Amino acid sequence: MSRVFVHGVGAVSPAGWGVEALRDALRKGERIPTVEMARPGWNKSLQVRAVPLPSGRPAFLAHPRLRRSSAITQHTVGAALEAVGADLPSIQRGEFKVGLVVCLMSGSVTYSRRFFEEVLKDPSVASPMLFPETVYNAPGSHLAAYLNSNTVSFTLVGDDSCFLQGVAVAAGWLMEDVVQGCLVVGAEEADWLVADASHLFDRRAVQGAGAGAMYLRRDMPVNSGVELACITDAFSFGFSKDRAEAVKNVRAQLPVGNGNELLCLAAHGLPRRDADEENAWRDWSGTRFAPKQILGEAFTASAAWQCVAACDALARGEFKAANVSIVGASRQAIGARFIRSANTQSK
Amino acid sequence: MLFPPPKKTENSHRVVITGAGIVTALGAGWRINADGFRRGRQAFRPVTLFDVSRQRSKIAAEIDLPPELPATKLSARQLARLDRATKMLLLAAHEAWAQAGWKPGEDLPLVLGTTGGGMALGEHYVEHALKTPDSQRQQSTRLVNYQAQNQALNVCDAFDFRGSITIITNACASGANAVGHAWELLRTGRAERVFTGGHDALCQMIFAGFDSLQALSLTPCRPFDAERNGLSLGEGAAMLALETLAHAQARGAVILGEVIGYAAATDIHHLTQPHPQGDAAFTTMTTATAVAGITPEQVDYVNAHGTATPHNDSTEAVAINRWAGARVATLPVSSTKASIGHTLGAAGAIEAVACLMTLREQWLPPQIVAGKSDPACGFQIVRQPTDASINVALTNSFGFGGANATVIMRRWA
Repeated sequence: MSRVFVHGVGAVSPAGWGVEALRDALRKGERIPTVEMARPGWNKSLQVRAVPLPSGRPAFLAHPRLRRSSAITQHTVGAALEAVGADLPSIQRGEFKVGLVVCLMSGSVTYSRRFFEEVLKDPSVASPMLFPETVYNAPGSHLAAYLNSNTVSFTLVGDDSCFLQGVAVAAGWLMEDVVQGCLVVGAEEADWLVADASHLFDRRAVQGAGAGAMYLRRDMPVNSGVELACITDAFSFGFSKDRAEAVKNVRAQLPVGNGNELLCLAAHGLPRRDADEENAWRDWSGTRFAPKQILGEAFTASAAWQCVAACDALARGEFKAANVSIVGASRQAIGARFIRSANTQSK
Repeated sequence: MLFPPPKKTENSHRVVITGAGIVTALGAGWRINADGFRRGRQAFRPVTLFDVSRQRSKIAAEIDLPPELPATKLSARQLARLDRATKMLLLAAHEAWAQAGWKPGEDLPLVLGTTGGGMALGEHYVEHALKTPDSQRQQSTRLVNYQAQNQALNVCDAFDFRGSITIITNACASGANAVGHAWELLRTGRAERVFTGGHDALCQMIFAGFDSLQALSLTPCRPFDAERNGLSLGEGAAMLALETLAHAQARGAVILGEVIGYAAATDIHHLTQPHPQGDAAFTTMTTATAVAGITPEQVDYVNAHGTATPHNDSTEAVAINRWAGARVATLPVSSTKASIGHTLGAAGAIEAVACLMTLREQWLPPQIVAGKSDPACGFQIVRQPTDASINVALTNSFGFGGANATVIMRRWA
């Protein structure tokens, strides 16, 4: 039976720590205020949408592996723990086998930049404390350590589309009974280097940061649940393939939908960048969410927020189905559909 | 559609290799690498790619890239922008693609492993951004081309195929995870063919990183030696054309070998140090052999992760001893990193090709370094060029963050 259910979602975003903050921000529809981030060598600052400090020090920071962890690791763990919810103790006791897929585009850019700056100054004194945290899979490793999970763990790198690729990998592991549950996280952190890079392509782009997480299992949650209905193929674009065509192909593989359904778009609120997606979904008559417009561009985390927002709205009974359209920052477009399923067996 | 998967058949599919490509410091291509591995040739030299004058270690296994790449579908503009890592990747991909005799297509997944992608370009980007903050000259080109997904798309463009792109970055297990994930896609009927492998080029940041940890040896590395003192870095790429047996036979392909087992696990002991008892390595070897339906007695050669760091090799030795049981005393083990260094995200794929070479040509790759074996090694370290009857080969890959993977391959006769 090829059924995969979303048992929990989690989010850390410029709106705050938790799905509730994400939900409120999207419902409100107002862009999160930007903050200034100093850019070395410039008189003016870059504007970013940063993750605010949590209301209290998260308990997970007491774990030996997390005390000095990078922001991206903290985002990853924060979102993941919210998603697993009440399953955490049984996972930590090893009673429930959970795989991890952590998806990144920029990765641990702050520690990487700091380490490389030290290398440029004098490699003989570059800090051995920083280097291990620069490795792409450090956040996934720390999360596995916190969960006490020694089963399979992947870190995937790519643009925004990588998050749904990660969900597909997780679904495969569940189908094959490699794991009983799987966490998929998309995470990024704010740094002037990333914001500077985004400015090369569009000066109006505002960098965001944070993480989104989905906790998947094969069994249906009690009473009702959100089900992964499909993930489209991933359509490349770039040198030889047209971006508009890739987005249209995603659209063609997803059900048409109706006025009672939700569409979570990758749109930035920048007309030229959004045109391909806007054209592909022009006929959509239902409700639309576009988290990036509110929260900023955070690549794999943005893609995760789209899915989290969709699943959260379904779980709350606001819609019966939701389509997600992800147009990667650099190379691939992909989509997914989630539906609300009633647990008829429990009735 | 990536999900739901096609309806599962009753039996899992057998997965065969129909093409293999490799480039290491030994050279580009199967023949020169097979000859080098067979003789245990070492390919280390002083680093020339970046300044190492302030580093402890000053050697690595650098590749001399050929002046021109083989002809592909890439445009002159694309070719002009290729970085060193992508050139290696394309060299290996070209060899594997040509050997497999594959045709362009729209439904061919690409699964790659890397730790750095085009990191050297990323370094230039950062250096430029810091030193000339008001100039954006060539910055967007550096930014686009340093990304691993762009390197993957170059492979797709070069051979005119499309499909889902999955880039696994599980540190030094990335290449093995890529081959293993590709095998899973095929075994479970989610694809008929998958192009897979790994690549990584030397770069200053990673070299300095390992040097800062004092993990680099000042001399060519000596895996499993009692007095080993660290690893030597290398660079390279390897690609494998994998397909289901039914697909390969239907098109009359020449079959080079079979992938029969894979397993992955996470060592949560420490970010950079393995569990002293090698629990995760033991798990992956045990699970992979169980999945393959064989016992350690049926494994004829182990290509060890064997980085030559004190921690890795002692842990791996313990894990191999535990896994092999009574077989350990006669089990031939070697680390081809003694020849080509640690190629990080490429290592698992390169070592899979090295295993394929042993299966195809029936020899064991030696590590010719004088010295005394670590007493923890209950197995036979291959010290001399040796002809042998090899039916099954197993390769281990372990990485920072505790990523562990084992791949098992069988001779096709």
